[in-house]
Amino acid sequence: MGRPVSYNVNLKPLEKDISIANMPEGHQGEGFFATKLSDVVGLARKNSIWPLPFATSCCGIEFMATMGSHYDLARFGSERVGFSPRQCDLLMVMGTIAKKMGPIVKQVYLQMAEPRWVMAVGACASSGGIFDTYSVLQGIDQVVPVDVYVPGCPPRPEAIIDGVMRIQDLIGKESLRRRNGERYQQLLESYGIQ
Amino acid sequence: MSLTNTRIIQRLTEKFGEQVTAFSEPYGMLTFEAPKEQNLKVLNFLYDDEELKFRFLTDLQAVHYPDDKGRELAVVYHLHNLVDNVRIRFKVFTDVNTPDVYTATGLFSGANWMERETYDFYGVNFVGHPNLKRILNVDEMDYFPMRKEFPLEDQSRIDKDDEMFGRG
Repeated sequence: MGRPVSYNVNLKPLEKDISIANMPEGHQGEGFFATKLSDVVGLARKNSIWPLPFATSCCGIEFMATMGSHYDLARFGSERVGFSPRQCDLLMVMGTIAKKMGPIVKQVYLQMAEPRWVMAVGACASSGGIFDTYSVLQGIDQVVPVDVYVPGCPPRPEAIIDGVMRIQDLIGKESLRRRNGERYQQLLESYGIQ
Repeated sequence: MSLTNTRIIQRLTEKFGEQVTAFSEPYGMLTFEAPKEQNLKVLNFLYDDEELKFRFLTDLQAVHYPDDKGRELAVVYHLHNLVDNVRIRFKVFTDVNTPDVYTATGLFSGANWMERETYDFYGVNFVGHPNLKRILNVDEMDYFPMRKEFPLEDQSRIDKDDEMFGRG
């Protein structure tokens, strides 16, 4: 225990054998519990994200470690990696995206059903990274809107898990009307979608 | 007796005389050049000759020499004689403003994609090529990125803050 990285130097004892997500705020009495619909939907969504890995290079290898038993993304309800964009909620772009690959990332994003989230893992997906050159897309936010950026080259599995947890926060707090809102439509239109 | 570089030079000068020039042997590999109009004749001769038998095109690419006016682009053919296991390098030079070179696809089918790649990166126009279009880069690209007329960095970029890169 206590490997020399900033993520896991503090020993965290196991609280319970089984962790259960906290109950949302609400009123309860004998035989009933009343809360906001958005809280319930958010709670359900955030603990059952289906990721779609779009792995093109070394960040994808770190993602494989993240999915493995040691780091175990299943603890966050995300063990079901879907390889069909139709089924997935979270597009995880991991690795260098060449300009020629850009339209494909966009097509995969378009094939995903709403609500959908995007995570750019690593320096290349976030900004082009060291590939400051004619053939590489300088960050996937040039073709699709991105919710969370994970820094690192490549990021450690802990960092990817941190990114997933931030996505969970976003999903849990998202208003049910956000995707119908004018601001969201404007965001999509700025990427030429719809 | 196996094929020697001296013998190849002899055969080439017998056939083409003064037109094949600049013979050299960097690291033992025979290298020479010819006028670009002659490239197919030389390749055909190297292929058909019973003694030379250079029947395998290992590689084909271009080099850009921006300071060499009138012969900026070199198209380089790497040929291999599989019988005697001898390799040679054959170059033709062309002006960057009229980069027209006859295609070798009639002789070597493998030249098809290599010439497309050379076109893609250097803009060499292979006359007679069946499908001369970009192979690796995006189709919308309107320049030839491996020519030495571009700075290493993409100049159309607006997203990276200069101050962060020590050039503010």
